[in-house]
Amino acid sequence: MAAVAAAAAAGALRRLAPGGRQGPAAGRLLQLRRGIRLSASAAMQVTVRDALNQALDEELERDERVFLLGEEVAQYDGAYKISRGLWKKYGDKRIIDTPISEMGFTGIAVGAAMAGLRPVCEFMTFNFSMQAIDQVINSAAKTCYMSAGSISVPIVFRGPNGASAGVAAQHSQCFAAWYAHCPGLKVVSPWSSEDAKGLLKASIRDDNPVVMLENELLYGVPFEMSEEAQSKDFVVPIGKAKIERQGTQVTLVSHSRPVGHCLEAAAVLAKEGVECEVINLRTIRPMDIEAIEASVVKTNHLVTVEGGWPQFGVGAEVCARIMEGPAFNYLDAPAVRVTGADVPMPYAKILEDNCIPQVKDIIFAVKKTLNI
Amino acid sequence: MVASRNYTDFANEATFEIKKCDLHRLEEGPSTTAVLTREEGLHYYKTMQTIRRMELKSDQLYKQKIIRGFCHLYDGQEACCVGLEVAIKPTDHVITAYRVHGFAYARGVPVRTILAELTGRKGGCAKGKGGSMHMYTKNFYGGNGIVGAQVPLGAGIALACKYFGKNEVCLTLYGDGAANQGQIFETYNMAALWKLPCVFICENNRYGMGTSVERAAASTDYYKRGDFIPGLRVDGMDVLSVREATKFATEYCRAGKGPILMELQTYRYHGHSMSDPGISYRTREEIQEVRSKSDPITLLKDRMINNNLASIEELKEIDVAVRKEIEEAAQFATTDPEPPLEELGHHIYFNEPPFEVRGPNQWIKYKSVS
Repeated sequence: MAAVAAAAAAGALRRLAPGGRQGPAAGRLLQLRRGIRLSASAAMQVTVRDALNQALDEELERDERVFLLGEEVAQYDGAYKISRGLWKKYGDKRIIDTPISEMGFTGIAVGAAMAGLRPVCEFMTFNFSMQAIDQVINSAAKTCYMSAGSISVPIVFRGPNGASAGVAAQHSQCFAAWYAHCPGLKVVSPWSSEDAKGLLKASIRDDNPVVMLENELLYGVPFEMSEEAQSKDFVVPIGKAKIERQGTQVTLVSHSRPVGHCLEAAAVLAKEGVECEVINLRTIRPMDIEAIEASVVKTNHLVTVEGGWPQFGVGAEVCARIMEGPAFNYLDAPAVRVTGADVPMPYAKILEDNCIPQVKDIIFAVKKTLNI
Repeated sequence: MVASRNYTDFANEATFEIKKCDLHRLEEGPSTTAVLTREEGLHYYKTMQTIRRMELKSDQLYKQKIIRGFCHLYDGQEACCVGLEVAIKPTDHVITAYRVHGFAYARGVPVRTILAELTGRKGGCAKGKGGSMHMYTKNFYGGNGIVGAQVPLGAGIALACKYFGKNEVCLTLYGDGAANQGQIFETYNMAALWKLPCVFICENNRYGMGTSVERAAASTDYYKRGDFIPGLRVDGMDVLSVREATKFATEYCRAGKGPILMELQTYRYHGHSMSDPGISYRTREEIQEVRSKSDPITLLKDRMINNNLASIEELKEIDVAVRKEIEEAAQFATTDPEPPLEELGHHIYFNEPPFEVRGPNQWIKYKSVS
């Protein structure tokens, strides 16, 4: 229910501010850091941006070894305003503006983690992380193993991942498959505000390198946050998926923004008598394959939905693992993947719209799987 | 004929002239004289000799195929890692690249543990998980295989030193080959901007693998390549020069003045690694000339003998003791068992509850324990 309300709110917000950029009306609406109370209960509407901001604020306060570095995170308040207000509160020592030197500052962040600090390293988008990927993989991910556990790297790499709106090929790549490929890393991908806050807190508290793949188009979207989720000790465990919607006929597995599309598709399909179970992975690595297996045993049909390219992607991994496990015998049809189109992202709106998985594409895939 | 010497016959210390350093953006450099006590001299001698013999033993074990993969030897460069170590405190930090055995020893890893890591045994300093290029100990961060990647890491460690405010510094080493890496220049910029207590140290052994410095760098004045970062060029074959320069550099950093750069001019006798005979890009004559005129151990030995800090017999006794230690260490390294297969999946994560790791097929599973 909360998820449907959030999806409706997301739709309303998109009409207010098309293309993901916030228009002035939406901006004023969202200026309240703590969000908007919808009802008498303690639940509140909080945008993903504010949820991330709260998580950073709380963790900076909780542990003085935590610090944030990246381009524009301090005096600019963050390229996407995720770190708004933090530099004013914590100062130069804890919130560090870097020059445009991804390989350099990522290596510095990893070294700081090796020496006992707990950095949060922001990539303005994960596309720029490619410049620094050697530090993420070879310096961060592998060091605990190579040193037989004597050196730990408690670092979080975070930033927007995947398609935005109209930013074209070099700024739209999804890195879930690339990072999730590597042992030694953990990779998380939040959808809702609760996901964003809880996973960021969990990631900062984790003693291992965590890659947190956010989504720029979700930053301005409000979601309901329970009273529990608003507490300073609320964390979402890494490695556990969440069932956003119970269903009986088909399992939809997704992560990040497409979770919302899955819920929209499920709402449309429900009117036609098809009940979808929607699983929000939350963590890509280590993947909660047991949750998917339990669901497929129940529904006998599987559709994976992701924004990234089809080849060697998250959906490919889910399908391979389902084949290897007990759930295979319960499939009544082959598992199906819905993904981004297998092209570099084009700019023109009609082309771009057809390169990302839309609600109609999910519905079509479900009907194909169910043979209806 | 020669009566045995009584310890009171030796001098307590002697003062030596050392080469003046070339300076970049510095008004003054390190002292041009160095005082060496007898105790210090014996310690430096033993340490350098141990590293020398350890590397030669590694050469032997590699040719016997008991050591596999990459093996980058440090013989010829001993004055660098020893001179650096005696000038800093155990609470300071060191990071270097893959030519790491000498540093691991200087930072406190026993010879047997180093050799057992090279032979891939469970008694190795990384339990056989790392090998030649990945050795670590307290305040020593490896052991890094990707050329140049250790430099930003070192600046990050320096950032932590500044953050924690304990007046520690980080020695961040790289070679003449790595000196052309872009990420090093990114690091110079940030270290200078943020005044990180980072001593950048370029170990210039004249060759990046098979490429001489003249063929790799438009400017071979590595001590100047930090541009806005002050630098000094040091005789890396003289342990006293390295020591004095490092004292000077670390004092500069500890005073909060920001980073500084040292170029140590040194030489490796072996090729780049054990798969490189080291003579296709340089002449045997050149190697022989360095050995006969600039060997760091011979230089120290001659100084000590000529200034009555030690006797030839005494140093020979140290040689014998060192050889014995290396033999015992090699014995351990060749007889210690390999790590148990059950530990294949361990240490993927830190401080994590146990979980399952997939092997080469879905039915082979390993347990991963932190």
